Amino acid sequence: MTPVLEARNLTVGYKIPGGLFARPQTLPIVQEVNISLLPGQTLGIVGESGCGKSTLGRALMYLIKPLAGEVLWSGQNPAQMSPEVLRKNRAQMQIIFQDPIAALDPRMTLARILSRPLATFEPQLSKTDVQTRVAEALQRVGLSPDFAARYPHELSGGQAQRVGIARAIIGRPKVIICDEPVSALDVSIQAQVVNLLMDLQAEMGLALVFISHNLAVVRHISHQVMVMCLGRTVEQAPRDAFYARQLHPYAAALKQAVPEPDVAAERLRRGQSLPGELPSIAHPPPGCVFSSRCPQAQDLCRTARPLLKSYGSGRQGACHFIEAPP
Amino acid sequence: MKADLPKLRSAASVQFSRFSANRMAMISVWLLALTVALCFLGPYAFPFTAEDADFDNISAGVDLFSIHPFGTDDYGRDLLIRVLEGGQVSLMIGFLGALVAGVIGVLYGAVAGFAGGRTDNIMMRFVEVLYGFPYVILVILLSLLLGGGTLALFTALVFTLWLTPAVIVRAQAQSLSRREFIEAARAGGMTSWQIVTQHIVPNTISLVIVYGSLLVPEVILSESFLSFLGIGIKEPQASWGNLIQIGTSQMATDLRLLLLPGTLLALVLFCLNFIADGLRDAFDPNEH
Repeated sequence: MTPVLEARNLTVGYKIPGGLFARPQTLPIVQEVNISLLPGQTLGIVGESGCGKSTLGRALMYLIKPLAGEVLWSGQNPAQMSPEVLRKNRAQMQIIFQDPIAALDPRMTLARILSRPLATFEPQLSKTDVQTRVAEALQRVGLSPDFAARYPHELSGGQAQRVGIARAIIGRPKVIICDEPVSALDVSIQAQVVNLLMDLQAEMGLALVFISHNLAVVRHISHQVMVMCLGRTVEQAPRDAFYARQLHPYAAALKQAVPEPDVAAERLRRGQSLPGELPSIAHPPPGCVFSSRCPQAQDLCRTARPLLKSYGSGRQGACHFIEAPP
Repeated sequence: MKADLPKLRSAASVQFSRFSANRMAMISVWLLALTVALCFLGPYAFPFTAEDADFDNISAGVDLFSIHPFGTDDYGRDLLIRVLEGGQVSLMIGFLGALVAGVIGVLYGAVAGFAGGRTDNIMMRFVEVLYGFPYVILVILLSLLLGGGTLALFTALVFTLWLTPAVIVRAQAQSLSRREFIEAARAGGMTSWQIVTQHIVPNTISLVIVYGSLLVPEVILSESFLSFLGIGIKEPQASWGNLIQIGTSQMATDLRLLLLPGTLLALVLFCLNFIADGLRDAFDPNEH
């Protein structure tokens, strides 16, 4: 089966224009990331704020052009498409956002918001067909078709996120990039939205890229988990293996940062937070990206960057001191 | 799924009801409508035009029950009709000028703000260069080029007045283009031009309506000012500006030549400012 979404050595960055005396610089945000996603699968991407998760999501959507490497949508490279073909092909890749209200144009009714992608992707549809599709999409995300006449400011956060999902699925995509889709929602609503995404995945055979810093949510929805630190993949593993044992010390630290519901365990956990500062992304350390904060760091870690190596059964890690899992 | 829906109040209807609750603004709307109707329809009620001289009644005084209610000037032309026809010119230039300048400014600003980067930089430096251009000199130059008259005046006014809406809209477009719904629009396969016209411009429209309503009196005032200086509308065509200018030359002896066009101009300017004020309050997002 061809993967619906692939990234090969994807490097993304921003160009900083030079001033009168400064040279223009490129600031790499995401470096040499490899992804391969099969239909119906979910890849969870976790990492702390500023590690490049969202930038990676935008790059997979080809909303940001990569500096190096390539993205493939069902084996096709959007960089090689003409602008017209690229616009049509965007139907297969959709995105939902962290702030659900900001993702909807405040001056449009939901009917216009939802039907707008169809005007580009399926211009041959008649007006009634479009209306049916809009009503269908609203129903699919659990909203009444009456919502079509509403404006975004009349929605709650959860409803707005459902509309965002409806807009993403209306063009029948193959992949949806979910950029922290539940972080801004109430905990009770979070579960509803995550379950909705999983239902849609089962119905439509969608592949999801689920970007989050919430390890519990990622555990619930993902098949594969990828951990990013300072723009690089430090670990990638199947979900169950990952949650049983993290290979990379950074992944283990992330896992430990999740609060424990038990009071005694929580007290113990609090004592183990990471020392050290997050290094600047403009001046990454020469060795391992985690070396400045890693409790196990040796001299080797500060000089040589560990490569991402396979450790069997689909697990990969980038650390000099990973003990092979049993 | 369309007709039988419960009617929900859109943002626009809320804004409209808020505007109609503003008494001064509503009075201004009616007064302005009345003035416009008078200027465009009033002259038809008289058997002569603004250029017909009545040699039996030169410099007639105010006599509300005669054929010349507000008298005539020293060529025997009816003052009321001249003021009304002058109003046609001033109002047309005001509204059309504001409209054209507004459309150009909004599109230019929206494109610059959305494009960002170097394009934005070049486009806005160009605006700044034009800002530095003294506009009285520009009008004189354009009158020389286009042979003077209404067209030269109109071009010069639009040329100088589109700059401010461009700057305002550009700032708004810049902040809008970072919002997530713009990214969603790109993911939905919209072209940059479609995003500018369908997302950016509609979202700046409340700002533009408010600024536009301030722009109309500005254009009318500039027109009057330039005509007053003698580089705008030329005799025998009347505009409020050149009527006031004639009025000032005789104000020591005959004040009504100055007062009639002056009062109408002031009335229209006040109305437009109250309307602008009401619109600004109605669209103010802080009161939502």
